[in-house]
Amino acid sequence: MNKLELAFFGLCSVIALLGAVVTVGAKNPIRGAMGLLSTIIGIAGLYLMLAAEFLAAIQLLVYAGAVVILFLFVIMLLGPSAQSKRDARGAVARYVGAAALLVSGLGAMVLVMRTQSGTPTALPAVPPQFGTIESIGHELFSTALVPFELSGALLLVAVIGAVAVARGKQVDPTLLPAADAKPSQAPAPNAAQTKEARS
Amino acid sequence: MTVPLEYFVIVGAALFMTGAVGFLIRRNLLVLLMSIELMLNAVNLTLVAFNRQHVGGHTGQIFTFFIIAIAAAEAAVGLAIVLAFFRLRSTVRSDDADLLRN
Repeated sequence: MNKLELAFFGLCSVIALLGAVVTVGAKNPIRGAMGLLSTIIGIAGLYLMLAAEFLAAIQLLVYAGAVVILFLFVIMLLGPSAQSKRDARGAVARYVGAAALLVSGLGAMVLVMRTQSGTPTALPAVPPQFGTIESIGHELFSTALVPFELSGALLLVAVIGAVAVARGKQVDPTLLPAADAKPSQAPAPNAAQTKEARS
Repeated sequence: MTVPLEYFVIVGAALFMTGAVGFLIRRNLLVLLMSIELMLNAVNLTLVAFNRQHVGGHTGQIFTFFIIAIAAAEAAVGLAIVLAFFRLRSTVRSDDADLLRN
């Protein structure tokens, strides 16, 4: 096994796994978003090793360039309340469930590794044109044409839906006092002020 | 000889489990969405790795392409829902999403 290749694989997977752990464990959501970014960069490196140059570029463009930035925008829009306080309600059940899932997943991985025949599966040689934009585009516009067009429609619907949901209800100004009279059970002490400031 | 297929699949499985555990133990809606993204990324990595083994076609990479598109749409709609929820309850804790319970 090529030492350099193995080192690159190890580097990328360590970056990805550390980023995943940070994403899940970070108290501050901004740190979580940075962990997600590191995971995405590590996975893009693994795509490069797997001869998927086009997907590595797409991964960086769409995930690192759009999704993580969108997360950061929302976190900064929410301000300090994006970091929810911890409380102990139901914590035991959640952690027991998560531990059971973790143990069963690790057990499945160990079983799969033990049942394999000993020699790891060597990957075949990469044919020319494998994973390039030309070949993927050719396949995308021939065999996968219908899903491609449908995904365009899906993205349009998602954009319209996201705008419609995030925009909220446009309140009639004459009805504002009635809308504000509803008691809010928000735990944050400054919730009423922000609501007034927004309206 | 290149890095064997199993290594990539193991990394994908570990990433998926991290995302699944995070989805179960966290309550911040933003972190839950990020955990979903982690799981989708892990599945993508596995698909690309298996496509690398069967180099005759690009089925796995095409699937990954569509999953990336759908994940972007899901993130946009999910974050819009988080914003609408925050406007309603001034919090992003998933436990406070209990308007239909009482």
